[in-house]
Amino acid sequence: MKNTNSIGQALPNAFQPNLWGRRFLIVITTLFALTFLVAPLVVVLTRAFEYGWSPFWKAVTEIYTVKALRLTALTTVLAVTCNTLFGLCAAWALTRFQYKGRGFLITLIDLPFAISPIIAGLIFILTYGRLGWLHPYLVDWQLRIVFNVPGVVLATIFVTLPFVAREIVPVLAARGTDEEQAAVLMGAGFFTVFFKVTFPHIRWALVYSLILCAARAMGEFGAVSVVSGHLRGKTNTLPLHIEILYNEHKFSESFAVSTILVATSVIILTARNVIEQLAKKEDESNVFRS
Amino acid sequence: MPKFVFTLFTALTLMLAFSANSLFAVEITNVSYDPTREFYDEYNKAFQKYWQDKKKEEVTIIQSHGGSGKQARAVIEGNEADVVTLALAYDITAIAEAGLIKKDWQEKLPKNSSPYTSTIVFLVRKGNPKNLKDWGDLAKDGVGIITPNPKTSGGARWNYLAAWAWADKEYNHDRTKIIEYITKVFNNVLVLDNGARGSTNTFVQNGQGDVLLAWENEAFLTLKQEGDKYEIVTPPTSILAEPPVTVVDEVVDKRGTREIATEYLTFLYSDEGQRLAGKHFYRPSNPEILKEFGNQFVSTQLITIDNPLFDGWEKAQKEHFTDGAIFDQIYVKK
Repeated sequence: MKNTNSIGQALPNAFQPNLWGRRFLIVITTLFALTFLVAPLVVVLTRAFEYGWSPFWKAVTEIYTVKALRLTALTTVLAVTCNTLFGLCAAWALTRFQYKGRGFLITLIDLPFAISPIIAGLIFILTYGRLGWLHPYLVDWQLRIVFNVPGVVLATIFVTLPFVAREIVPVLAARGTDEEQAAVLMGAGFFTVFFKVTFPHIRWALVYSLILCAARAMGEFGAVSVVSGHLRGKTNTLPLHIEILYNEHKFSESFAVSTILVATSVIILTARNVIEQLAKKEDESNVFRS
Repeated sequence: MPKFVFTLFTALTLMLAFSANSLFAVEITNVSYDPTREFYDEYNKAFQKYWQDKKKEEVTIIQSHGGSGKQARAVIEGNEADVVTLALAYDITAIAEAGLIKKDWQEKLPKNSSPYTSTIVFLVRKGNPKNLKDWGDLAKDGVGIITPNPKTSGGARWNYLAAWAWADKEYNHDRTKIIEYITKVFNNVLVLDNGARGSTNTFVQNGQGDVLLAWENEAFLTLKQEGDKYEIVTPPTSILAEPPVTVVDEVVDKRGTREIATEYLTFLYSDEGQRLAGKHFYRPSNPEILKEFGNQFVSTQLITIDNPLFDGWEKAQKEHFTDGAIFDQIYVKK
């Protein structure tokens, strides 16, 4: 069982750079990673623990930090759930039927990737804000969207919208519909087909995309900053709270809170690697079986 | 299995949603400008205690801070503030024009609705290496100035008008010369942040520029934190900055919080509120309390916004800061 495109595999000799060329590339890559990734992270950690463990602990357990953490958790859970449902529907709709406007739909789903988050935020203000065109109806229903928690959640859903659909579409497209057609011919209903035939194939892609989606949702700053109104203890997410602490000259506190986000990123990256490994193993065993 | 996941998810969401807000305390929101963070942090605690003693009722105060113009915009767009405590009257007038506040708001509370005042000073690096003493020095070649953007920040508009007032006197009302001077000053600006706090960070944390045009209170706060590296230069003339406060009628009437919101603002005029303002380097409007702070506030000649030179905020805003007005003309030139 030989993988033809796995990372680190030797290229045919004709394409091998000489020894110095190889060393040069390795050194450049390492230096770049060190200066742009590792050095800033080291700064965050050293400044966070500048005055030792107990001020650090005080900063991360402070009431506004805890509230910001809760809001970030709530936002992330809702955004991930919403985008999972949407992403699965969208992926199905984009790969299993042929219709006019399919290309347009794909472009539409990609829109949040292309659009600047500040525009995303302003769109919500112009739609749901006091001067927005939906505002009169919202007042009737006594709903407040922007400058309130729902606005923060909506903005986060908006910026993370493409993640799930984007990961699953290629997998579904590559699989084709043969197995599903066979299942339907054998009399399976929609849900049986989905859970027994389709889902096992996209399982890993889905988990992988959820992880990316969660990471992005937790870190979102721009769009959320526009719609939140910076109401401390109410609409402040962790990234916004870090900015506030920094602006209040509470530098070590802001770095202490930053470590929460850094830690979650590390956990997320580790989870991603584990999942990649698991998926690869399963793929290989499947190939052996067939 | 899916049932279990669903239950777990619902439980988690409900838990998070309900833990986010306590449902039982009265809650009011104070939308304020940038450098008042530390002051209102302490003032809110004092007010909570006062309200608890008086009404046996718990009150939660939600704070929001940012550039004054930007904050006013957010209130107009629907950020539900029970009270606004902004950097200058024009920003509150803008909210009033949008229909959220009654037009006569400034007469509702004493002293033009400004419980504390401030002025504009220069914060320079220790020893004042560029020897900056007065507004004229800011136009010299090679001076790096840090100020926020007058379009978004209230403090920045006070900075600009203070410089204008100096030039008006210096050049004997010669408009061409005044504009020439202001243009030179803004050519020397290195970084134009959105709000006063952003500018302070640019000057202090990032080490940019030779002089920060700052609120007096913001300059004092920096000295308190890093006193050995900076000093304050109080120019012989400056402007009397009156940051006003008011209740947002549309919001308090809808939420039924008029009484507590009004009380929250009048408490600013109490001896306790005035002392806290002084402690955080705002000039108390009560002359008795101001005296308690002795020599902390250097008395210089302070021009008010109602001086015939500016004739109130509405006119000053139109003449200097709206789109296409003087500030746009001189800053585009760069």
